[in-house]
Formats: sequence, structure tokens, C-alpha cells
Amino acid sequence: MRDLRTEEMTLNMGPQHPSTHGVLRLKLRTDGEVVTSIEPILGYLHRCFEKHAENLEYPGVVPFVDRCDYLASMNNDHGYAMAVEQLLGIEVPERVEYIRVIFAELQRIASHLVAFGTFGLDVGAFTPFLYAFREREKILDLFEMTCGARLLYNYIWVGGLSHDIPPGFVEKAYEFLEYFEPKIKEYNDLLTNNKIFIERTADVGVLPADVAINYGVTGPQLRASGVDWDLRRDEPYSIYDRFDWNVVTGVEDMGVLGDCWNRYYVKILEMQESARIIRQALDRLPVDGDVQAAVPRKIRPPEGALYFRSENPRGELGYYIVSDGGTKPFRVKMRSPALSNLGVIDEIGAGWLVADVVAILGSLDIVLGEIDR
Amino acid sequence: MQGLTHFFQHIGISSAFWSFFIATIIYGVFVFTFLALFALVAVYLERKVSGHMQDRLGPMRVGWHGLLQTVADTLKLLAKEDIIPRNADRLLFVLAPVVLFLGTYMVFAALPFGPGIIGSDLNVGLFYIIAVSSLVVIGIIMAGYSSNNKWSLYGGMRSAAQIISYEIPVGLSLIIGVMMSSSLHIGQMVQAQATGLWGLGGIFGWNFIQNPFAFIALFVYVVAGTAEANRTPFDLPEAESELVAGAFTEYSGMRWAFFFLAEYANMWVVGVLGAVVFLGGWNSPIPGDVYVPGFVWLFAKAFGIVFLQIWARWTFPRLRVDQLMVTSWKYLTPIAFFNLVGVGFWLLLI
Amino acid sequence: MNPVIQYFKNIKDAVVTTGVGFGVTFRHLFTRSITLQYPTEKWDLPERSRMRLHMDWEDCIGCFKCARACPVDCIYITTTKVPKDFDLGETANGTPKRLLVEQFDIDMSECMYCALCVSPCPEECLYMTREYEFSVYDREELIYDFVTMPEGLTEEAYVAIQEEKRAKAEAARKKKEARAEKESKQTDTKGE
Repeated sequence: MRDLRTEEMTLNMGPQHPSTHGVLRLKLRTDGEVVTSIEPILGYLHRCFEKHAENLEYPGVVPFVDRCDYLASMNNDHGYAMAVEQLLGIEVPERVEYIRVIFAELQRIASHLVAFGTFGLDVGAFTPFLYAFREREKILDLFEMTCGARLLYNYIWVGGLSHDIPPGFVEKAYEFLEYFEPKIKEYNDLLTNNKIFIERTADVGVLPADVAINYGVTGPQLRASGVDWDLRRDEPYSIYDRFDWNVVTGVEDMGVLGDCWNRYYVKILEMQESARIIRQALDRLPVDGDVQAAVPRKIRPPEGALYFRSENPRGELGYYIVSDGGTKPFRVKMRSPALSNLGVIDEIGAGWLVADVVAILGSLDIVLGEIDR
Repeated sequence: MQGLTHFFQHIGISSAFWSFFIATIIYGVFVFTFLALFALVAVYLERKVSGHMQDRLGPMRVGWHGLLQTVADTLKLLAKEDIIPRNADRLLFVLAPVVLFLGTYMVFAALPFGPGIIGSDLNVGLFYIIAVSSLVVIGIIMAGYSSNNKWSLYGGMRSAAQIISYEIPVGLSLIIGVMMSSSLHIGQMVQAQATGLWGLGGIFGWNFIQNPFAFIALFVYVVAGTAEANRTPFDLPEAESELVAGAFTEYSGMRWAFFFLAEYANMWVVGVLGAVVFLGGWNSPIPGDVYVPGFVWLFAKAFGIVFLQIWARWTFPRLRVDQLMVTSWKYLTPIAFFNLVGVGFWLLLI
Repeated sequence: MNPVIQYFKNIKDAVVTTGVGFGVTFRHLFTRSITLQYPTEKWDLPERSRMRLHMDWEDCIGCFKCARACPVDCIYITTTKVPKDFDLGETANGTPKRLLVEQFDIDMSECMYCALCVSPCPEECLYMTREYEFSVYDREELIYDFVTMPEGLTEEAYVAIQEEKRAKAEAARKKKEARAEKESKQTDTKGE
């Protein structure tokens, strides 16, 4: 009898789709239910960030940098500010460093909340998403109190900050931490330990460590595969070396290293670690210091080029800035972590069912604003 | 409905056939109205309950606290354009919602609303119900096939497979009730739960307390019943955040509303059957209580099971199709058989 | 693990985690909802909220710092000189105003609410308010004009200023043309 063969069908998970986390187009070739190849097609959110940056002065680039990874604006600002500060060779006051760390870590918690909330939504759990956003509201309130905006801050400037923290911020931040840490248990009850969730995500989309390194995957996705690499500890920038915290890697409790469950679990634990860092920073916050003391009047770096990398909630965010000695940068290139993370989807997504592809995409935690810039 | 027939004969329509005919029509209209009202209430309840579970309010604007929201939605659905895809099989496309709804509607001929309030007091009432409710599978396959959309077809097939697989644990669990009351007659089944352990009556008479196997069978029944009604965590065939909306993608407006209505009617059937077979039907939980009418208890218990289904939807993620099948065939069905054997031995020896 | 034991463990895990999950959502049924029913209820925005821009025209000295800082160029300013005897007054900080700011438009539909224009202003006359409900039906209405002409500057005086401006621009252009012609003549002769 001749082999029965089914036809390979091309299915388009179009730019508008509830599960693609933005305008991402995925071309799936499927054989029945099983996906044989995935081709991501990008560019639907390209806004010419790098071209804009060539026409703006250095401080003016900061709002544009915000808008690239809109879920982690503070971290984007932080990376860019540190890159230009290194180019200029200036140092910022202690107080500024502490406040920057507090905000960057708060933003990391906020970003991970969105990441796992939408991941739960992809696999069908509607409720944890809303609980995550409830927590996120409190963080955004803290941000709004300080700099006036809730999503795109333009807060961490080259050489300092745009505003000092308002009176009452430190108390509210402690309140938030008290409120937030018990909530993690709720997420564990609803998702992490839930049998159905484990069935959907454990052992699915396994990303081996060597494949991850070859593709340039970074961030929680890499750490979930067992690779112990975190830029905050291994190439410390700012004052991260002064805090006592752990780098979270994947565990083998519920599946294997590098599966979707681990990528999700690493984010939950990272939120706890971020809360620790924030608490320590709040405890040791220097009481005085002018946050605008080191902000230069005119930013005119000497000629040269610099690549600076920092740890975004999604991975290694890199800025390659080329200066020609003028007030406008010659070239600003942003190395987007989500783009490298997305590149691995064909490798780990092929061979799974269509429903699993949705879960795998959700676990990679992509933000199209960053991928397309 | 016997009462209705006699009533018409009494008021002068001497022909037995005609009074029966009119009574049937009136009862049919009553059931349909009840279903429509129940869907209204159930959708509102679902939105409010899900809202409060998620720390938000749910509908608040249309009517006081959103009470008229479902009415507004129904009006909107009625006003929608009726779109039939060009290459769809017209006849099947139009008939699919009808067949699906019929499968559920026919169940109501033998489903009780209270003591004595029943369409047709069949001696084999439960058997009829289980048999007729399988008709929905044909409706789903018709919907999937006639849409001329390969993903609808896949969704329809998967949905049909799911329903057929879960009928077995449902049936086996219900048979436990039959064994314990030695009758397929709904009224007698409820009667048999009137007295129980140590002659106490009330809640102690209910089947699910009588023996541990029946207790497990109640849970198996509720889980399998949720799958029958295509609710999360078993709603992959029609999930919203999946690739396509399954068998019902091409349906819009009132046709889609029929499917929706059938889903809620299914939920109600699961609730009432669970109440009748395991939770004592219209018997009150307090021994010797005669003040509260029977149908209030029946409704309360059925609503309890419906609430459980709504609760489950908003708590859990959904299972993938193959995991769905595994749950049914590898877990629920063996457990249901085990319960059956267990109840058999229990009744024999105790 | 032994498949049989795994089987029973699966059942136990399913039952236990289901129960726990149910408990979480059930508890939330009784917690207070956090929805704010807009528009009947509105949030009190914090002081530093970056919503719509506002500008106090009386305090503006026409230095162009904000227009230059704006990354999207949504501030349009034109200034003009006034006759020597006309006194424009002082700003709130006591700085004397030397230029008449005759056009100060901000296109709110282009503004990206980054507040980079707020800090350079030496008179602190440009700031962000808490106003966020300013949707309009026509996009043209989002171009806000903040100028209020000072009293005492009569129509004739204003027209006279414009005339002077135009005459100067015309003279400059003529001069440029003449020079350009002279240069081209020179190059022609040189080439020969």
C-alpha cells in the first residue's frame, strides 16, 4: 500500500491576532495539526527609530528610546543614559544611581507581570492576567507620582533624572513591596502549580542551552535553559554589585530545563529577586544629592563609538552609539533582545501542535516595539 | 403536562387528541421561554461572577448594575446581517443550529422543573435523556462541514470527538443513580432519596452521601458534564484565543446565538441531572421540611452546578485536544467503571 | 517513576491543584472590586502628571529654547520687534520682555508628552497640566494658540511693524540677488 500522506498547509497567524503579542505575522506550515516550520515576518511596527535618532540631539533621543520596548521603558532609558555617560566620561551622584536601580527593578517587575499574565491568557487562564494588571497599576501609580507618566517616562536622563522622587514615595514603595510579596503565592496557586497549566507548558518547546547560546537568546529565556548568565552580576553596571540577590535559573521540578514552564517560572522568581533589590536600595537610599547635578548643559561627546549592554527584562539590551563630535549622534543602533529571542522560534516550535506554538510564543516574551523599532 | 391535558379536557375540549396537542404546544413554548430567560440570566451571572472574581465590576451601565445587558446583546444579535458563505452547503448550514438546538430541546421533554412539573413522565426518563442528548454531535458536525472552511471542519470534528468521548463517563455516573434507586423514572429516583442513612431524610438521603463511590461519581459527572457543554477547561474547539473559533467560525447573528443558547441549555441540563441523580432532586436538605416548594430546591441545586461550571471557566487554563482525550479515556472512564463496580458491590453487600 | 504510581499521582495532583485554584478565585469573589467607573468617577491625578501642555503667554520672552528642545517640532513660534517706545512689560520673574511673541502654536496632536520643552524654559512659563480630556472632532482644533495680543499695541502699530519687516526682507533679498549677479558676471569675465 502506498504511504498515505497528508498535504502540507500554510497557515497565516496574521498581524492581527490575539496571541501574537503585537503585530507579528507568523507563517506556519502545518501537516495536519503538527507544525513543520514557522517563519516570522516582521516590520509591521517599524517606526524608523534609528533614523530619527540621527536627527535629534542626545537628550531628545530618550523619549524615542522609551517607545521601543514600551513595557520596559525605564530599562531602555537606563541603558541609553549609561551608554552616553560612558561616552562623555561623566559620573552621576550616588543618589541618582540608587533611584535609577529602584525604578529599573520596579519596571522589571511590571514587565514580568505583563509577560506572565499574557502567557496565562494564551493558554486559556483569564484570571491571573487581571490579577497581574492589578499589581501593575500600583507600580504605575508610583511612576506617575514621580515623573507624571504611566507608560513612557522620559525619566532617566543622561547624567541624572528628570525629577527627584516626591515626598511620600519611599513609604508608598515599601507599602507596595509589602502588598506584592504575598501575591506571588496567589500566582503560584493559580498557575505555577496548577496541573492543567503544567500539562500545557512543561516539556513543551524545550530550548537546549547550546542552541540558546548559538541563537543569541538572552535574559530569562536563557536562564531557564540552565545557563547562569545575568549581566547585572556578570558585567555589573550602575551599582548592582552592591546588592545581595540571586540569579535565577531554571529548575527541573516540573519538566525539563528550557521548557515553557521554566521560562515562566524564572520570571516569577525574578520578580521576587527584584523586590529584594528594591527593598535593599530603599533601605540604603542616600538622603541628599541633587539629581540634576551631573546633567550637562550641552551634550557633545568626543568622537568615538561605544557598545554598552544592560539587562532588560527580556534580555541583553545593547546600544551601539557612534559619535562624530557633534550634538547629534551619528548613529544609534539598538540591539533588541526580543529579536534574538524570536529567532529561535522555528527551532523550538517545529514539531509541536498549533496550540503549543501559541504557548511557546507566549513564553518567549516578545514585544514588537523592540523587535521592529 | 398531564395536568395541562386534563385542564384542557376539563374546560371543554373533549377530544383527547386536541387537548393533548394544545397542551404540548403550550408546554413547548414554556420550555423555550424558560431557556431564553435562563440564557439571559446565566450570561449575566457569568459576566458578573467572572468580573468579581477578577476584582472588577462586570456590566454596570445597561440597566441597574447591568441587568439589561443580555437583553441589549440579544437585540444586537437579532439585528445583525445574516451572512452565509458563498460556497457553503446552504441547507446544512441553515439546519446545523436547528439540529444542535433540537438535541438539547428534546431533552426538556423529560426533564423535570419540580415535583410533577415535567413534560412527559416517562418510565425510562433518564434513559431517554441520555440518548437524545447525543443528537448535538450531528449538529456540530453539520456546522463544521457546511462552513466550507477547513479549520471549521477540524474544529467541528474535534468538538464532536470530545462530546462523544465524554458521554461515556456521564452515562456511567448517571447509571449509578439508577442502580441506587432501582428505577429509570425520574420521580422515583428523587423519591428514593427522601430517606437515607439511619432514616434521617433531608440531606442524608441524597445519593452522593449514601456511599463513597457515589461521592466520587458526582465529581466525575460534573467534570464530564462540563466537557459535554464545551466549557473551559475543555473548550479548545471553540476557544477565543486560539487560531480559529472552531466549528462556529462562519456563523453570525441569530444563528450563532442559537449555538450559544444551546450551550447554556446544555449547562442547565447537566445541572438538573446532577441535582436529580446525586443531590436529591427537589428534596429539601432539611429533614421534614415541607414549607419551601420543591422546585425552589431543584433550581437552587441546578444553579449551584451551573455556578460551579462558570467558576471553573475563569479559574483554569484550557487543556489541549489530545490531553482532553487522555483525560476522558484514560482517567474519567476507568474511574467511572470503578465507581460502577464499587456501587454494585456496596448495594449487594450492605 | 512507575507508571501506575504516576497515574495515581496525576489524579491526586489534578484534584488538589483544582481545589486550590478554586479557593483563590472564590476568595476574590468577596474582595472589593478595583474598577473606577469612568466618567462618573475620575482619578485624582498626581501633581506631576504630564498631560496637556499649557503656556502663560505673559511670561514668555521668545527665546525659542522650547521649540528647539522638542523632538517632534510641534511648537511653532514667531517673534517680532516692537517700536522702541512700546513697553511690553516684564515676566513674572522680573525679566523685561524685548520681543513680541506674535505666534505661539502647539500642535497637541503631534506632541508626545515627553516634557523635554518644560525644563529649558528660563521663565517656567511652559508646563504640563493635568488636563487629559480634550478630544475634538476636527484635528485642526488641536492646534492650540496661546497668544493674547497685548493691549495698547494698536492695529496700525502692528501693521506698521509687519510692513517694516516685509520691507527689510525685500531689501535683503534684492541685495542678495545683486551680489549673486555681480559674482556670476565676474566668473564669466574670469572664464574668458
